Amino acid sequence: MVGGIMNAPPLSPGGGGLWAMTPSGGARGDTGRKSEMMDSLLGLGGLMLLRDSVEWEGRSLLKALIKKSALSGEQVHILGCEVSEEEFREGFDSDINNRLVYHDFFRDPLNWSKTGETLPGGPLGALTAMCKRTDPGPVTIALDSLSWLLLHLPCTTLCQTLHALSHQNSCPSDSSPVGQVRVLGLLHEELHGPGPVGALSSLAQTEVALGGTMSQTSAHILCRRPRQRPTHQTQWFCILPDFSLDLQEGPPVDSPPHPDPHTLRVDPTTHLTFNLHLSKEEREARDSLTLPFQFSSEKQQALLRPGPGQATSHIFYEPDTYDDLDQEDPDDDLDI
Amino acid sequence: MFPELNNLLNITPDRAEQGKLTLLCDAKTDGSFLVHHFLSFYLKANCKVCFVALIQSFSHYNIVGQKLGVSLTSARERGQLVFLEGLKSSVDVFFQANEEPHPLQFLREAKPGNLQPLFEFVREALKPEENGEAAWRCPVLLVDDLSLLLSLGVGAVAVLDFVHYCRATVCWELKGNMVVLVHDSGDAEDEENDILLNGLSHQSHLILRTEGLATGFCRDVHGQLRILWRRPSQPTAPRDRSLTYQYKIQDKSVSFFAKGMSPAVL
Repeated sequence: MVGGIMNAPPLSPGGGGLWAMTPSGGARGDTGRKSEMMDSLLGLGGLMLLRDSVEWEGRSLLKALIKKSALSGEQVHILGCEVSEEEFREGFDSDINNRLVYHDFFRDPLNWSKTGETLPGGPLGALTAMCKRTDPGPVTIALDSLSWLLLHLPCTTLCQTLHALSHQNSCPSDSSPVGQVRVLGLLHEELHGPGPVGALSSLAQTEVALGGTMSQTSAHILCRRPRQRPTHQTQWFCILPDFSLDLQEGPPVDSPPHPDPHTLRVDPTTHLTFNLHLSKEEREARDSLTLPFQFSSEKQQALLRPGPGQATSHIFYEPDTYDDLDQEDPDDDLDI
Repeated sequence: MFPELNNLLNITPDRAEQGKLTLLCDAKTDGSFLVHHFLSFYLKANCKVCFVALIQSFSHYNIVGQKLGVSLTSARERGQLVFLEGLKSSVDVFFQANEEPHPLQFLREAKPGNLQPLFEFVREALKPEENGEAAWRCPVLLVDDLSLLLSLGVGAVAVLDFVHYCRATVCWELKGNMVVLVHDSGDAEDEENDILLNGLSHQSHLILRTEGLATGFCRDVHGQLRILWRRPSQPTAPRDRSLTYQYKIQDKSVSFFAKGMSPAVL
């Protein structure tokens, strides 16, 4: 078909062009794009880092991803260290809440109450236990938050546990295939130095960095597909109260600054009481004027050879009665 | 309490919110007037207040409180106020018998420990009455200030853990409020303080940040206050997330005005 090639979007090597966003929105419907963003985020499996900041919080996006996973039938485990279980479950329907298994490390993470109610081993023990699970089926594990774990556990231990957790499906030790594991980790970027963040980043298959402008939130998504170049994509979105995702167009790209059509161009030389313009003769006279300190050849000749009109200068002096006329030259004793 | 600040935050002593952590932060200026505001506000709102005062003495807060219309002495006598005076009780750490740990026990420890004794003190102070009658509206914890704990050798993670446990007990379990003050070191690169400040910012519902003016000291405008609401109940409600005002501290009140609208320059 002749027209077919012109309709397909250009494919750049490495698959990076597949997600190029056009300002006009494209031909696909909105719901198609919504599920595509979620699918692209959740499709890779492995570890996904959600990097947020004080300005742009990431827990809503984490809950939106959890809702999507739960709706697609997966089992969702949540390691909750930062907010209470009630606050985390707020906003979810009951059918989603039934699929969520919340491991509560908010009330007593460090076992200070010594009542024995805490799950043994603390958060690390819970994570290690998740590594050893044997039931098949895809599972999503949400870490709220990875920053809390990074502040309380050594970075190496955490990275090793995360690696073991997210690569369960790649080790065929037992006969029953373990389903795909997806780990969503919420990371508060300002709390950690570049070392630990870099280590976690190298473990992650997907990274989502949250930012935005005054009214809109953006997610900068970096996907690392195996044997392909990493792809970058920026997506503007907002989260609805029921934690579904609403994709938006971003703010208009900055156009080069052009003069504001509303300001009138005012010519400052009009309505003056004096004349700023030159007539043609005046302009010619001005151009042909030689400046006093420009040394041209005519001036040089005039200085070297005094012209006929220039006699030696005369000084006419009428002495007063009190003047002391001394004919001696006062500079005679100067030895120059 | 300062009525103008109540208007800006949209709160009154009768309608105080519950379960909130408010972070006060000051950079290049003194934000302690906010501590006095919240202390008098919650005492007037008939809440039980536990005040961990590490910076100043009891009489200092009492004198300022009297200007704002509350008497800390009588509040302490009738049991509404539990006051831990850090300056005075730090000496007791050495002279007290070793049976029960003192709230400021970390001062005696050679290696940086945790703040569990301080948390136990707070929990004991704010636990509800046994007889079930609620004499006070809701418990409130006030800390002035947390940066001092870093200077005393406690690690930033230990302070964050202390705030976490207090939040779990005071805000979530007892449905009370917390107000803590942290100094922002600004240009002085203090990594521990930055971790503490950022970690607390992520946990807070409301951040009040006072800053000195960028141009320096001014007689009529003492500084700038930025109010940041985080974690609103509705994620997409149109919210004024951040407001900025300038202020001038007077003898018994603080007046707030929009930027550039100080009465001195109008």
